[in-house]
Amino acid sequence: MQVSISHKKLDLRRVLKDRIFYIGVIVLSGITVLPLILILYKLVREGISQINFDFFTRVAPNTLEAMVAVANNETIPGGIANGIVGTLLMVALASLMAVPVGVLTGVYLSENPESRFAGTVRTIADILQGVPSIVLGVIAYMWVVRHITNGYSALAGSTSLSIMMLPLIIRSTEETLKMIPETYKEAAFALGVPYHKVLFKVLIPSGLSGLLTGILLAVSRIIGETAPLMLTALGSSRINLNIAQPTSAVPLLIWEFYNDPNMVKLIWSSSLFLMGFVLFFNILAKRISKRWKI
Amino acid sequence: MNAEKVTKYILTFAAIIIVVIAGGMAFSLFGGAVPAFKEFGIKFIFSSEWNPTEGRESYGALPFIAGTLITSMLALIICFPLAFSTSLFLGEYFKGKKIAGILGTLVDLLAGIPSIVYGLWGFYVLKPLFVNIGINEHGLGIFTASLVLAIMIIPYATSLSNEIISMVPDELKEAAYSLGATRREVITTIVMPTASSGVIASYVLSLGRALGETMAVTMLIGNANIIPKGLFGMGNTMASVIANQFGEADGLKLSSLIAIGLLLFLITALVNFLGKLIMKRIY
Amino acid sequence: MNDAIIQINSPLLTIERLSIAYEPGKYAVQDVNAGIKKNSITAIMGPSGCGKSTLLRAINRMHELYPNTEVVGKIFLDNENIFEISAIELRRKIGMVFQRPNPFPTMSIYDNVIAGYKLNGKKLKRSVKDEIVEKSLKEVALWEEVKDALFKRGTFLSGGQQQRLCVARALAYKPEIILMDEPTSALDPIATTKIEDLLVELKKDYTIILVTHNMSQAARISDYSMFMYLGELIEYGKTKNIFSNPVDKRTEAYLTGKFG
Repeated sequence: MQVSISHKKLDLRRVLKDRIFYIGVIVLSGITVLPLILILYKLVREGISQINFDFFTRVAPNTLEAMVAVANNETIPGGIANGIVGTLLMVALASLMAVPVGVLTGVYLSENPESRFAGTVRTIADILQGVPSIVLGVIAYMWVVRHITNGYSALAGSTSLSIMMLPLIIRSTEETLKMIPETYKEAAFALGVPYHKVLFKVLIPSGLSGLLTGILLAVSRIIGETAPLMLTALGSSRINLNIAQPTSAVPLLIWEFYNDPNMVKLIWSSSLFLMGFVLFFNILAKRISKRWKI
Repeated sequence: MNAEKVTKYILTFAAIIIVVIAGGMAFSLFGGAVPAFKEFGIKFIFSSEWNPTEGRESYGALPFIAGTLITSMLALIICFPLAFSTSLFLGEYFKGKKIAGILGTLVDLLAGIPSIVYGLWGFYVLKPLFVNIGINEHGLGIFTASLVLAIMIIPYATSLSNEIISMVPDELKEAAYSLGATRREVITTIVMPTASSGVIASYVLSLGRALGETMAVTMLIGNANIIPKGLFGMGNTMASVIANQFGEADGLKLSSLIAIGLLLFLITALVNFLGKLIMKRIY
Repeated sequence: MNDAIIQINSPLLTIERLSIAYEPGKYAVQDVNAGIKKNSITAIMGPSGCGKSTLLRAINRMHELYPNTEVVGKIFLDNENIFEISAIELRRKIGMVFQRPNPFPTMSIYDNVIAGYKLNGKKLKRSVKDEIVEKSLKEVALWEEVKDALFKRGTFLSGGQQQRLCVARALAYKPEIILMDEPTSALDPIATTKIEDLLVELKKDYTIILVTHNMSQAARISDYSMFMYLGELIEYGKTKNIFSNPVDKRTEAYLTGKFG
């Protein structure tokens, strides 16, 4: 049963295959991040020249203004102030709706880990997380545009965004609270502190950084959303603060610029700004989670 | 009633709201889709006609279902070698090293790019490139959409399968090394089989992501309401037909679009449910 | 020379001035010199953190899986420096059994036994494979217990059975030396006895190096014993001599339970 020892050739082939595989992994990993670099390069190169003071303070130009500027080889006048204000308004409104319900549901799930109903809620949150954003747009259209504001509105836009935020907040809340040592709670109960105070004075404050991280990540997820807003907030050429009125948003403006040949130059600066906005929240979230680890 | 009870009621109430929202969504989508299904019956799913001419209105979802499934599957196929290599880079070859941290952050950044920006990049960079190298005359269509879709789901697939791959116990890998295996052999015969169900779940969940992507696909697929003819043909997806036509729709057309939304909702819910089910079995 | 360290005549394996550092300047093993006798059981003892596992793992170069490990010195097997041949070739000659039973969960019992051949890309005829599986499982006295379940996954076996399967997996490729890193520390007393009997049986055909922090185990089954402390080889000799008459004070303190 002696096995021949003529391994040398076979070994050489195996080592070679191993090397090739290793190089393949590195090359393919490099290709994976190539689009990121190309996209950032494109945004900065084409977008930076349009970013000036007006860009943040003035509303988007109309087609005529843009056409004249392009014809005279000037920078396109105006900015995206209506979009920035609209985005901030809708994000704030969406957070206002999603944060309380999401956090409380997360607390419920972590307080009742075994209950059957909690299991159902968890599954539903999982399913909600997978619902395409365009479908949420359809829903908010049917609920809010048709029946509440009787027309396109910031409220409708925020509704679709808040349903997007909910499962993310629920998940992060539950996970954060699960990591808080049971002893904190026991110590508080041992001192005779009533249940609601333990929750709101001990549990939630100790998990605050985790909750905040979850909320900010959810915000960074919805800031760039375009599709649901097309069906709900529609867009507006004015700065609008009335939640029952059509409202613009940065991604909506990008969509408008994209569809208007005269404004095409503005898409890159707006995209650069949007990217920066998303990154800002993203980095802020990660900073917070690093700074205040439980 | 004491404060403890009130607190418990408030928490339960919040959880009930989630159930009501989900139930309400399903109810509204079904309700909105009823006229379309009443008019066309089950044929709605299998018809490939999309004709809004008044008096001869006829709507079928097949081209969009086909477009959605084809682009998503193709995106998954393109995504796999890239995402899998990256997860091996992060979770096996350079686990815990600085370079893995940097690559991981870059992949995270990829996830932060809004869909519409991907669409712009595809339209203004990839499209002219494809025209120049002669892939097809207009540069748009199934392939362009799938390629960008693949890039969009890479971070998702990578971070999920990276977690799974990192969980394969060192003891098993060491046992294989002690028998004289090379690293590639350890990966293909030990790591991959051990992590297989988790990795499969990662890609199922990524597929769920791809199915619902809207903006980038809308800008790149060509928006032709036909069953795509080949890899480089034009087409349309469920999400992008809604995005394109919802604004001007009413009556039967609106109901048909809502019905497509319902179908999309059901498909993604099913795919995600499957993915989570496989995932749960491992933990 | 130091009279606490025995000189082995015509050793199978020779460790020469071996030092191992996990980070620059921090030595886990320092300047170890020792020969290993063929067809014997050599036990390495010492308190946790003394470097016994590190020394063992260097013998089939498992330390190379973890970067930044620095190794100085030489180890000779059949007059060949093991650091100069390929690691995969070396590991075929020197098998290993780990602390916790780790049969491959995705493979059947049968495939686990011939995993070495599979992993090394060796294609064998069915009849040869059958023969190897049967012989290896008989060597570890597991054949009778599993012969009807060869194609089931090994995960339903008891801990002791799993560990014997792992020994069979290491034996199947006919290594010259088997390294064992506390192979019974995760097992109950009955399973431990079975493994110990097995090792005594196996030394007829193999050379065994065993890390243990169970002193009575070393006393029961080993022929030679090493005592390590803070990375240094303090004492090495015939087991019965070390246990009855230790040379170094630290060895005596350890054996009498003063630390460890």
